[in-house]
Amino acid sequence: MDIIDRRSNPHGKNLENRRRALERARGAVQKAVRDAVANGKIREIGDGKAVSIPADALHEPGFHRVFTQGERHIILTGNHEFSRGDKLRRPPSGGGGKGGGPGQAGTDGGGEDAYRFILSRDEFLDLFFDDLELPDLIKREISATETAAPSRAGLSNDGSPSQLDLGRTIRYSMARRIGLGRPKPAELDEIEARITELEEVRPLSSAQLEELEELREKRGNLRQRMNRIPWVDPVDLRYRRFAPTPKPSTRAVMFCLMDVSGSMTERMKDLAKQFFLLLHVFLEKRYKTLDVVFIRHAETAEEVDEETFFHDPRTGGTVVSTALEEMLQVQRARYPVQQWNIYVAQASDGDNSPSDTPQVVRLLGEEILPLVQYYAYIEVTGSGAIIRGETDLWQAYRSVAEKQPHLAIRQVSDRKEIFPVFRDLFARKTTGEASHA
Amino acid sequence: MTGTGLLYQGADWNFTIIRDCYNAIEEIAEKELGLNVFPNRIEVITSEQMLDVYTASGMPINYHHWSYGKRFAGHENAYRRGLMGLAYEVVINSNPCISYLMEENSATMQALVIAHAAFGHNHFFKNNRLFQEWTDPSQILNYLEFARGYISRCEEIHGQAAVERVLDAAHALQGQGVNRHSGSRRVDLKDEQARARERRAYEDRSFNDLWRTLPQGSEPEFFGDGEKQALRRRLGLPEENILYFLEKHAPRLTAWEREIIRIVRLIAQYFYPQPQLKLMNEGCATWVHDRIMSRLHEKGLIDDAAFMEVIHSTTNVIAQFGYEQGSTSFNPYALGFAMMKDIERICTDPTEEDRRWQPDIAGNGDAYATLRHAWAEYRDESFVLQFLSPKVMRDFRMFRLLDDTRDPYLLVDAIHDEAGYRDIRRTVAASYDPSAWYTEIEIVDVDTLGDRTLRLEHRTKSGQVLADNDMKLTLNALADLWGYRVVLDEIDTPTGRVVLSHEAGQA
Repeated sequence: MDIIDRRSNPHGKNLENRRRALERARGAVQKAVRDAVANGKIREIGDGKAVSIPADALHEPGFHRVFTQGERHIILTGNHEFSRGDKLRRPPSGGGGKGGGPGQAGTDGGGEDAYRFILSRDEFLDLFFDDLELPDLIKREISATETAAPSRAGLSNDGSPSQLDLGRTIRYSMARRIGLGRPKPAELDEIEARITELEEVRPLSSAQLEELEELREKRGNLRQRMNRIPWVDPVDLRYRRFAPTPKPSTRAVMFCLMDVSGSMTERMKDLAKQFFLLLHVFLEKRYKTLDVVFIRHAETAEEVDEETFFHDPRTGGTVVSTALEEMLQVQRARYPVQQWNIYVAQASDGDNSPSDTPQVVRLLGEEILPLVQYYAYIEVTGSGAIIRGETDLWQAYRSVAEKQPHLAIRQVSDRKEIFPVFRDLFARKTTGEASHA
Repeated sequence: MTGTGLLYQGADWNFTIIRDCYNAIEEIAEKELGLNVFPNRIEVITSEQMLDVYTASGMPINYHHWSYGKRFAGHENAYRRGLMGLAYEVVINSNPCISYLMEENSATMQALVIAHAAFGHNHFFKNNRLFQEWTDPSQILNYLEFARGYISRCEEIHGQAAVERVLDAAHALQGQGVNRHSGSRRVDLKDEQARARERRAYEDRSFNDLWRTLPQGSEPEFFGDGEKQALRRRLGLPEENILYFLEKHAPRLTAWEREIIRIVRLIAQYFYPQPQLKLMNEGCATWVHDRIMSRLHEKGLIDDAAFMEVIHSTTNVIAQFGYEQGSTSFNPYALGFAMMKDIERICTDPTEEDRRWQPDIAGNGDAYATLRHAWAEYRDESFVLQFLSPKVMRDFRMFRLLDDTRDPYLLVDAIHDEAGYRDIRRTVAASYDPSAWYTEIEIVDVDTLGDRTLRLEHRTKSGQVLADNDMKLTLNALADLWGYRVVLDEIDTPTGRVVLSHEAGQA
């Protein structure tokens, strides 16, 4: 018999296998993220979300039978009450409705649980943007618009003299000097004194002579060491290090305007939501506080909560100007221009009652655009748009946009266009801002 | 040794204590119980390493695959959340027989595990006929090492995705990758390795029946019925070992793909006897540790506290919950242990009932020899059929339900009484019959003259068809390896009628 202690053998044999399982799950995780976005609220997106992926993604199939009909016997234990001929109500499901037989139930039958992944906000957004097919661009855009402020970030070996951390440097130097045995000046002084003393004695006894020789040698040694081991060696130097950290500036409010009349389908709203979500993520990285105001309109407009905004349809005609007026009213009441950066994102299918369009142009051009940092209009197009060509609203917005570049207008017909359009809008934003200033 | 004559005191262990315990246990196992074991090797590992071993089907080495990662995550999760205690031990059917002890175990648990695994399981592995017939314990570790190396070389050459595709498909067909009925077909795993390279080279050049019979021009009359029969014979049809058939005959596979299929097949074959012997194997190990630990206590080698710990731990292991606690199956430790205790009782102290039910062993006075005989000669199904006694059925309060889908209720049609014993025993035994859980699927034909469609039949059992979702995925995997269309018919066994027909792959 041998006894072997294997505890020090390499651990983590399964790391590679686990990595492979995760890689395989990735696709499913991404889909779960997409669903979470579709069902979640804009304000809560990615806040330490747990996403569940169905076990299917990691399912290992095999041929096995299920009992569907006919007869079978089941043996159970723990009978305290039954006699032969008793009848039991059939359990609703389970009770062995699946699985080949009682012997099998415990082994592999229970493998249908979903797997849960807890994602950090960044992981969540990464996966989400990945879905939009241009994963890195958004991040670059965001970091480019951030203002950075230096903040303390530990110590470093080099830096400018003004950042020298004296206390720390001396502490290191002291430790090194002690470690290497640099003699203290007092010690040297003592020896010097004794040497001078001896040199004055005449004649020297042989013992004194020996001592003198010894001391001289010692003095030579000490001097050498003192020269060799400096007070402050370059390796002792420590500088305070600063790293740039993004510093969000001030406050912003984001108005989400959407047409919710019957002509807006669920799919269109979903596209709009993707867009609002991107804008939200973008602004949130930039501003310390970000308010979101949801305004929906059909014939009339009202401020609503997010749930209603996306999920409560209305019917009736469309009067876009009502939404613009509502927005102005909310802005005047709660968001003074001096204190808030104002953004507006509007999504619509471009339907408007023809008589209202001049009013929209006036409101937009004269009242709203002077107030806002940026106004993004996206028109979600259904298949009908190809036949219809440009909508009235689109033409109207275009005429305004030609004069005022911080109104951006885009058409979107598919999820995968959302991100490029978004990027495009914000690429223009920087030049627009420059000319604006 | 301590001055008190005890092997150890308290919970702490060291290597000297383990060695002393081993020696004391070995003496009881060999001299008193007459156990005959493979040489033992005891390895002490950490809980994390135990999770690793646990994940790889109890094997210390295996090739990389995402499914092991998934399994590891599952176990780890359950363990961390306290849903699952780690197994105290894992033992490998190899020669020498390796038992893993966890470092967290107390001294008593280490002794118990040695008795349980290094003697109980080990004796069973070495002596049971099914294991002797099917497995080659001296070579399995070398073979797994070879498999791992081979598969990782394939990944280097052909890419992980290509290898994974074959492995995934082969894993799906694992259950259809063993020879069940052909006498002794134990593969010599040592030869396997030596021949692997040679075989690959040969198969690269080799002659393939299917290609030879590609239709050339229009001479269908050339292939008469006799020709077809001859071809079927050459392909070995019907064939129940789907992996074997693919390995030999799938036209589109390259040599390395065949080798991977072969690896999966041989490993599946190696594990084939295990589930048929679970009840007996665990029962045997539990009975052995129970007996040995009791003897250690009787001989004054462990103290009362240690013995209480033994009893506590054994009781946990052999707990059988009733249907009211939601249990729908037998705990193999519980039933196996109960039956072996029962055999011991029947041999030494039989009742009238036992004399009627087990006339051949009742009162024979040699319980150990009787048990050793049972461990060697039976498998779970026949063991239950032979030895499940009325007393055990009463102790477990077994009852039988008839589940007839035409009725809105379940009928209690047998309970633990004179009239029900035989029915219950027969049904318990039947649930351990391998055919109760293996799915009978055979390759019945290949359309060698036409589009090379592979035809399979599933012989259904009273109203049981294949689980649909899994069936589709598995059939796709099969079509993928075969490279052409695959058709699977589900046949009603008594009438021969086709109940369902599925297909996968392009026409």
